[in-house]
Amino acid sequence: MILLKKRSLHLIIGLTLVLIIAGAVVVSYLWLPFAPDDTSGGRLAPPGGDHLLGTDKLGRDLFTQLLIGGRIALGTGLGAVAVGGVLGVTFGLLAGFATRWLDDAAAVTLDILIAFPTLLLAMLIVAGTGASLGTAILAIGLAMAAVVARLTRVLVKQVLSRDYITAARIAGVSWPRIVLSHVLPNIAPVVLVNLALQAGLAVLAEASLSYLGLGTPPPNASWGRMLYEAQATVLTSPVAALAPGIALVALVVGVNLTADGLRDLTDPTRRRTR
Amino acid sequence: MLHYLVRRTAILIGSLFLAAVALFVLLRLLPGDPANALLSVGATAEQIEAARRDLGTDGPLWSQFLSWLGDVFSLNLGKSLISTLPVGPEIIARLPVTVPLTLAAFVLAVLVAVPVGVLAAARADRWYGPVINAIAQLGIAVPAFWVGLLLITVFALNLQVLPAGGFPTDGWSDPVNASQSLVLPVVTVALVMSASLIRYVRTATLEVLGADYLRTARALGSSPRQAMWRHGLRNAAVPVVAVLAMELATTFLGAVVVESVFALPGLGSLLVRGISQHDYPIVQGVMLVSTATVLFVGFLGDVTQRLIDPRLRAS
Amino acid sequence: MTLLAVEGLTLRNTAGTTLVDDVSFTVSPGDRTGLIGESGSGKSLTALAVMGLLPPAITATGTVLLDGADMIRAPRGRGDVATVVFQEPLTALDPLMTVGRQIGGPLRRWQGLRGDAAKAAVREALSEVRLTDTDRIARSYPHQLSGGQRQRVAIAMALVCHPRLLIADEPTTALDVTVQAEILELLDRLVTERGTALLFITHDLPVAARVIHGTHVMRHGRIVESGPVAGLLSDPEHEYTRTLVEAARRFDAALENTRRE
Repeated sequence: MILLKKRSLHLIIGLTLVLIIAGAVVVSYLWLPFAPDDTSGGRLAPPGGDHLLGTDKLGRDLFTQLLIGGRIALGTGLGAVAVGGVLGVTFGLLAGFATRWLDDAAAVTLDILIAFPTLLLAMLIVAGTGASLGTAILAIGLAMAAVVARLTRVLVKQVLSRDYITAARIAGVSWPRIVLSHVLPNIAPVVLVNLALQAGLAVLAEASLSYLGLGTPPPNASWGRMLYEAQATVLTSPVAALAPGIALVALVVGVNLTADGLRDLTDPTRRRTR
Repeated sequence: MLHYLVRRTAILIGSLFLAAVALFVLLRLLPGDPANALLSVGATAEQIEAARRDLGTDGPLWSQFLSWLGDVFSLNLGKSLISTLPVGPEIIARLPVTVPLTLAAFVLAVLVAVPVGVLAAARADRWYGPVINAIAQLGIAVPAFWVGLLLITVFALNLQVLPAGGFPTDGWSDPVNASQSLVLPVVTVALVMSASLIRYVRTATLEVLGADYLRTARALGSSPRQAMWRHGLRNAAVPVVAVLAMELATTFLGAVVVESVFALPGLGSLLVRGISQHDYPIVQGVMLVSTATVLFVGFLGDVTQRLIDPRLRAS
Repeated sequence: MTLLAVEGLTLRNTAGTTLVDDVSFTVSPGDRTGLIGESGSGKSLTALAVMGLLPPAITATGTVLLDGADMIRAPRGRGDVATVVFQEPLTALDPLMTVGRQIGGPLRRWQGLRGDAAKAAVREALSEVRLTDTDRIARSYPHQLSGGQRQRVAIAMALVCHPRLLIADEPTTALDVTVQAEILELLDRLVTERGTALLFITHDLPVAARVIHGTHVMRHGRIVESGPVAGLLSDPEHEYTRTLVEAARRFDAALENTRRE
């Protein structure tokens, strides 16, 4: 009983963090404290008064910027997972069914793709196409697809080696039917949990790209870019250097904890007795 | 084992070749033309045409690739489009920053993570087990550049005990000065790395702690500590070694970002500059060197794992 | 004097479920005692409690005195007084260490042997458990051996400690039927030669009958019946023991029928 409570504690904390941020982002589409380009507050105003967190060095309201950064962070997470999930699962399924040299080729190709760390791959694509949020999401999603494809391939191979698949084949069940009724349901929990973890990594990767000036271009306020801009004024305006970082960590911790909680719920074999 | 070495070396060479192809294709196809880079610095039409002839980008793609590959084998990575300096020496000039930064951060992360991870697993019932877990959980969610920013604020700006960034222009000729400028970057990368490493070490140790062979060793009279030293650590090392190779690659990547935070003249800042200026010989060169490093480290990790585990040698 | 005295042993997990309930029995030097019961009856946990090797999540009350040492509160005498041969030899042996080095561990600890003397003792220990080609086996890793060979190695490791009590926890369950008989014979011979006491744990009454004299039948964590094994086989008192005996007979009969066909 105690263990059960502890497990769902991960899920509760994780979901709470994610939902708070998601809620704030939803609200930001209906209402913002200030217009994003409103500089009437004066430069580097301290927190308090009209400006909850103060203003940045151009005089824009920090809290407004933070909310807009939340849109970008969530958008990156969801967008990259959509790209990486669809491409990765599709390719992984195909590779999982491949045999002999085609199977070897798929395995080696995926190994090589994974050898490119996400951020390097994303940088490479940005180098080719120029910095924009769409490019960043696409690049992170493509890098993620390799990881998801490798996982999917291994899982599909495991499922296909089971006796009930052989039994279904002997009974004359068609491959598409086997994929829909046996393969996908069996691999879905593990793949979904992995996608959740990947979403956290995607948010971090976008922040890093934006910090380096290779992600969301100004004036859009990505949390990574906000931190880059705050670095110069960290002594006069510490809130600007803290708030986006805290928001970023809260979102990623929330996503990770949710993934952990989901994994423990969906995969009973990973439950530990200690 | 020999059979495996041959096979794994073949895969390494194949991967390097494919990585080179991928780099070439991605960079040639996506930007289209070095004109992008030159236009941004206000070059004339003749200059762009001259640059094209110079780089051989007016020929067909496959011949461009072959000549580039030939250049790579003769260690000629081309010239920067912006500064027109050769890329190879430029990269080598950056190594005295990136290599010590990566290695020191990696070693520090391992030194921190292994004992802490083992402790978190072996003493899961004490108060510090869950505390270590929580900190590691937080640590994997923190971006390296933010850690760097916070460390700069505290140690360079407030306490003023270490430099906020930069690297001596005379490099390592004054080792104290040079090391001082690497302290905060190394700590930054190591902190972020050790968070994920702690989790791997902890999982591997938990796996081992529940293993039957430890129980056997204790039934034969070993103390828990003796059993852990004699049997546990090697067994836990097998999965951790595989992860270490990946982590070294990630450490390097962390260094790439952190170099920008601390304004260090390393490979990472060279890459970022190359990308933002569309200077693709630079990007290609740095990417090639880093990919080759990552692939080679992965090769070493796989081989080491097989040296430790006889079961993997057999298959 | 008794070698092992278990008195009112009760084991509970963290959820408060009672896994072993008020179990008492004794083993004297040279005894051959069985603990028989289906899986989940608490017999293997009892063995771990005797060795003081319970998982941390399980709390024990009652007393376990092994050669006078309190194995619940201050465990002592693992290896030299008592040791265990576990059910699954593949996981009970360290996968990364050669068999020779694994036997070398207890040899060094209990007999102070190193170097060539240790190597010779390893070979001797391996030939004692009827393994041939001892040099090759000493250099092998567990995964390179057959199940029967692995279990012989586990027995050799246990015996180089020269224990006065050997606990065999389902030592033949993971093995083929033909190998089972060989291992039982080996255990039987070795404990006879050395005068080692044997605590034999199994779910299989006929298997137990081949090596032990007296036995205790466990069910749901309790001892439900005790007595000489021959008596239990011919005239089981407790209903549960009867079902065990009948199941064994049915199995034997089925085996006979298939042989005839």
